[in-house]
Amino acid sequence: MTIIERPSLTPVVAGSGVSVGVKPSQAYGSLRRPVSSTGWRSWVFTVDHKKLGIMYGAVAMFFFLVGGVEALLIRAQLAGPNGTVLSAGLYNEMFTMHATTMVFLFVMPMAAGFANYLVPLQIGARDVAFPRMNAFGFWCFLFGGIFLNTSWVLGGAADGGWFMYQPNANALFSPSHGIDFWGLGLQITGIASLTGALNLIVTILNMRAPGMKLMKMPIFTWMILVVQFLLVFAIPVITVALFLLMFQRAFGATFFDVGAGADPLLWQHLFWIFGHPEVYILVLPSFGIVSEVLPVFSRKPLFGYRFVVFSGAAIGFTGWGVWAHHMFASGLGPVSVAVFSMSTMLIAIPTGVKIVNWTLTLWGGKLWFTTAMMFAIGLIVEFTIGGLSGVTHAVAPSDTQQTDTYYIVAHFHYVIFGGAVLGIFSGFYYWWPKIFGKRLSEKIGKWNFWVTIIGMNLTFGPMHIIGLQGQPRRMMNWTEARAGEGFFNLGFWNRVSSSGAFILACGVGLFLINVIVTTRKAEKAPLDPWDARSLEWMTSSPPKEHNFDSIPVVHSLDEFFHRKYEENHETGELTKVATAEEVLADLEAHADAHIHMPSPSYWPIVLALALPIMGYGIIFSRILIVVGGLLVLLSMFAWTLEPSVADDTDYDPPGDPRADDGGPTKELATHV
Amino acid sequence: MSDLALQPTQASEDVHAAGHDDHGSHDDHGLVHATSTGLSNNKLGMWLFLGSECLLFGGLISTYMLYRGRHSANLGPDQIYDIPFTSVSSFVLLMSSLTMVLAVTSAQRRDERRMNLWLTITALLGATFVGGQVYEFTSFYHEGLGFTTSLFGSSFYTLTGFHGVHVTVGIIMLMALVGINKRGRIPGDRAEVVELVGLYWHFVDIIWILIFTLVYLIPS
Ligand SMILES: [Cu+2]
Repeated sequence: MTIIERPSLTPVVAGSGVSVGVKPSQAYGSLRRPVSSTGWRSWVFTVDHKKLGIMYGAVAMFFFLVGGVEALLIRAQLAGPNGTVLSAGLYNEMFTMHATTMVFLFVMPMAAGFANYLVPLQIGARDVAFPRMNAFGFWCFLFGGIFLNTSWVLGGAADGGWFMYQPNANALFSPSHGIDFWGLGLQITGIASLTGALNLIVTILNMRAPGMKLMKMPIFTWMILVVQFLLVFAIPVITVALFLLMFQRAFGATFFDVGAGADPLLWQHLFWIFGHPEVYILVLPSFGIVSEVLPVFSRKPLFGYRFVVFSGAAIGFTGWGVWAHHMFASGLGPVSVAVFSMSTMLIAIPTGVKIVNWTLTLWGGKLWFTTAMMFAIGLIVEFTIGGLSGVTHAVAPSDTQQTDTYYIVAHFHYVIFGGAVLGIFSGFYYWWPKIFGKRLSEKIGKWNFWVTIIGMNLTFGPMHIIGLQGQPRRMMNWTEARAGEGFFNLGFWNRVSSSGAFILACGVGLFLINVIVTTRKAEKAPLDPWDARSLEWMTSSPPKEHNFDSIPVVHSLDEFFHRKYEENHETGELTKVATAEEVLADLEAHADAHIHMPSPSYWPIVLALALPIMGYGIIFSRILIVVGGLLVLLSMFAWTLEPSVADDTDYDPPGDPRADDGGPTKELATHV
Repeated sequence: MSDLALQPTQASEDVHAAGHDDHGSHDDHGLVHATSTGLSNNKLGMWLFLGSECLLFGGLISTYMLYRGRHSANLGPDQIYDIPFTSVSSFVLLMSSLTMVLAVTSAQRRDERRMNLWLTITALLGATFVGGQVYEFTSFYHEGLGFTTSLFGSSFYTLTGFHGVHVTVGIIMLMALVGINKRGRIPGDRAEVVELVGLYWHFVDIIWILIFTLVYLIPS
């Protein structure tokens, strides 16, 4: 909605993407705006939701590999008896950082990347509501992630587990700066999540294309909306917890010091009030992805769209009333345990509704087993296993037996890998041609899928057995003497699990190979390779900077599909009435003459850079706090004074490329 | 605390589009607020942010309520609070909400002089409140209640300190509004920017009413 003028009357563009005639603003002296539309500057100062989405994805992928290497080191340590790969201290750091990285630096930002890229396209908008804040969020995530990981070389990483239970995470038991880095780093990435969430909610609620009522929104956008509401209310709770932790470790407060009369359960409550909604923050975006993928490759509309929407919203609400199921073993008292046990069983219902809906979407469809489809079906199967073991935790007596064993590790990996990560891979294969204009190789894709699925089940499946046999999680060693015998021999299953982890790594490696192979090949994907249903496919691939030449008017759910096909109301048969190219040509024929796109800006990255500086200041030297604080003030004032959209003379993005190659001329409005 | 950093951002981001509604980049752009909900992006964003802030203070207040009774015999809430003093400073803060309303009204009437005046008075009243808090903290400290003295002390200073920081950020925004306005530099819809700062200011006041009641008035 906030958009830059495009000089369509006299195109200023000579070649592809090189802009000529750009006049930097003189209005603010040293505060003039960045203008490059090519090269690294066009990425670093960009406010384009698509570029930011790609950057979110790329950085999250990098952290996925980092977290993956950490996981492999853990499994290497446990591959044999009396493992010596890691020292006890390093082992603690490894599992803490593995979880932290995967949750906060991979799954969450990867979902943010998908949301950033796709939500504006799916609702027919040209960008998000607050483009600079969007850029700020990305840089906070990147700098926060780097800050967190510099702890490895600055005295050791956090070693208290990703839940950082107190008082175990006190300076007394963890004297390195690792946990300080952890707390401050998560504050910074938390700002990324919070700003991103505010931005996406406003975008979704306020910037839908005309005619797109809430119940005509694509299901992925719906799930993202639910997740952003969860973030808006969950992030401040972990923020409080992290502040208390920081005051305790840095300034000598005693919030969690049992010796001073504190209540260590305070931390657990705050953490899990955030932590349980966090589980849905991790998986709901992937639920959204497969809810897009399954109908497309079943050649049927999503079964019970309304049920999927409402069950998503129901999960969003009830997700707030179950947190203490993480604390059944902490002595909450029988009433609390009973209440939370019940509520946890109840929340399985809306989740089950979704699985039923997906299955019924497949039922009777003309299934097309692309890699995206296979990952989506993989999610249904694997997530169901995780969901069922989750229900066994809802039964408090059974949970008390399982608490802190590998059974829990098995459960949440089936939920997070089997749910969130498989969905993310499904999304990669489905939207790759949209984002990069090329289809990922289906041949490598099939290998990618099967190796990943076999690897994950070999890794996490045995953990059920290991856990029920009583192997505690976070234990750095097992010994042959106590491994047991026969089918339940812990040593055997630990070896299986460790080999599975390396197979899983090969699966992920195949994906990377696929990306490289695909990038190298010249063949472009067709405009609508999957015969898709929603608005993001109703534009070129990759989309133009302004997404749509004219904003489509929406008449139905699956708008794009309904523009391509007409349904015979008696027989229910579909006739193709238009190709994707024709639909797009129709939109382009009625192009808007003056499209305003938001201008790039220096300040998001500068403001975000100030935060880790303050973080280092809190840990090492108070002077850096002042430096960072001044930088915050400076960049905020500069940001405030800079209009979100430059004046017409400030920045002209490349003109309509079609104007050069003699494409169809379009009607131009008279006002300039 | 860094969450606060976003205030001016939200205030400035979308206004340009609202100010240039003749460009027709969106089909329904000719309306004053051409959004699907009819609420401007900035205002919706601010409401959501304040919703998020409710949980921040919710967590801090819960922490305080849990720990209010954990202190040594002579340095607890009942011994240390000076209710008349805090009542006066609370009254000052409440009055600043009134002057903020007047500033918003003047901004909507495009009465620049009054707007600047009321904004300045609001900021001064806010500063008085913060000054009172500094005085209160110092005198508590001299009576022996440091940040690390007891759980009561830690949670009291954390909760009221967070609120104080919020008020201070509000004061900075008010002063910035006056300063920028004098140089004619508020981008976009000025009345809306003032209104957004006003929303934030009222929110901070309401939180204080809650804190004053729960922390000071209810005996432990
Ligand atoms: Cu949970």
